[in-house]
Amino acid sequence: MQKCELAIVGGGPAGLAAALKAREVGLEEIYLLERDNFLGGQLVKQTHQFFGSHKQFAGIRGIDIAEKFKDKLEDRPEIKALKGAVAQGYYEDDVLGYSYRDKFFKLKPEKTILATGASEKMLSFPNNDLPGIYGAGAVQTLMNQYGIVPGEKILMIGAGNIGLIVAYQLLQAGIEVKAVIEATGRIGGYAVHASKIRRAGIPILTYHTIKEARGNEEVEAVVIQQLDEDWQTVPGTEQEMAVDTICLAVGLTPKVDLAIQANCQMAYVAELGGDVPVRDKNLQTSNPRVYIAGDSAGIEEATAAILEGELAAAGAAADILPEGSAIDRERAEIKEKLADLRRGPVGEHIRRGLTRARRNQNAGRDRYTRSWKS
Amino acid sequence: MLEETGIPEAGKVEASLPSQERLEQGPVAVFECFTEIPCDPCYYSCPIEAIAEFHDINDLPELDFEKCTGCGQCISNCPGLAIFVLDYNYREEKGVVRVPYEYSPLPEEGEIVQALDRTGEVVGEARVERVQNAEKQDRTAVIWLAVPKEQVLTVRNFERMED
Repeated sequence: MQKCELAIVGGGPAGLAAALKAREVGLEEIYLLERDNFLGGQLVKQTHQFFGSHKQFAGIRGIDIAEKFKDKLEDRPEIKALKGAVAQGYYEDDVLGYSYRDKFFKLKPEKTILATGASEKMLSFPNNDLPGIYGAGAVQTLMNQYGIVPGEKILMIGAGNIGLIVAYQLLQAGIEVKAVIEATGRIGGYAVHASKIRRAGIPILTYHTIKEARGNEEVEAVVIQQLDEDWQTVPGTEQEMAVDTICLAVGLTPKVDLAIQANCQMAYVAELGGDVPVRDKNLQTSNPRVYIAGDSAGIEEATAAILEGELAAAGAAADILPEGSAIDRERAEIKEKLADLRRGPVGEHIRRGLTRARRNQNAGRDRYTRSWKS
Repeated sequence: MLEETGIPEAGKVEASLPSQERLEQGPVAVFECFTEIPCDPCYYSCPIEAIAEFHDINDLPELDFEKCTGCGQCISNCPGLAIFVLDYNYREEKGVVRVPYEYSPLPEEGEIVQALDRTGEVVGEARVERVQNAEKQDRTAVIWLAVPKEQVLTVRNFERMED
């Protein structure tokens, strides 16, 4: 069994930032496990320029941020970044098992950062298993990683940032986007993204839902319908559209399996996307060996994930290394940057969610914790 | 409503514009950035510091129209593609709207295109006067659209004619 100071699970923005920061502040034995055969996570699909702070990565495209991280990692051969390494389980004795090149390995890290990201939510509607129905992540993978368009006429479901951005990318790929529909009464994503596709002639229909997909072998049409303010369908407002593709961008939920296995106390926090580990301000979970960062800690923008990765790494390093004061200063700076990102109106739900995820009152009463006693 | 359709309300747009007097003096940037999001690259992109420094990264940008020279460097630096440069007196008859453009292929200079407003409706034809796509623009081209003066305030996008 291999021992190490720090293991990071997930090579997306949070995990990459964590690995680099951990090395920068002085850790020497760092493993980064990435399930895919490439590093960067969702960044490799993000062709748009990032928002956020100019001092961080704002104005740079996600794809280029991934390259910057990879370049930096190449200068740090001490970080053992394993591509195609799938974390298989976190065991009671704080051993992390992973498979790599058809073999199973055991790692005993002093600290672990879980940066496993999120998975897409599904929507139930008749015929939702027809070929031609995709999650927005899959559409981005096909188009932006492999250069394949998913179809010719598409309906986008969900007007959050992902729905709006992917609709824009579909337009850039020359695909006809019939509409973006949104069940709530307001566009969830940034208004500038919405305006960008609206001035390309794409209607964004709030208070609209999908009634059903139609087709025999594959999607041939979709029926949408209006909702009233109580989210009840309005009879007689059904509208059929000829499409061959339906794209779902209806939200993400944190991937927390390893956190549950690590016996981290969990809390359901709707604002963060679902069940998340309870954590302190340094992103340490109730298992002192385990930190969390990025979307697996709560659904947020990649710029926040990067900062969270750095914060978790600084925390892990402060636990391990004897001299803590320089790291403390660093941590305070990262926290300040995170607070800046979350200060405005669009950060309001994140702030509320984090308050809930930091409170311990949920903990021990959730449906996962092994020490739960009735 | 902007939050319901993606189309900014006329009142919001109007409040974001410089005076008619300033418009007629020469090229000037307009920021159609109406919701507070954490984003500040425009401030750093302005070579003459005509954009007020952000106290909070969520602040809306504030442009000093009198300082702005309409150089247009901010256009491709805005991740939201929400900045345009208006040149009301580009010619005797025509004004120019400079718009960010991230579709391929790019139009040719001299090409006639369909001019679109903020809803994507065709409002007339425009002539492509110039195509700026320097490396530092990082793949956000800036297209100069010559339109009738009365459309300088409405045209915000374009579509190439079908072959």
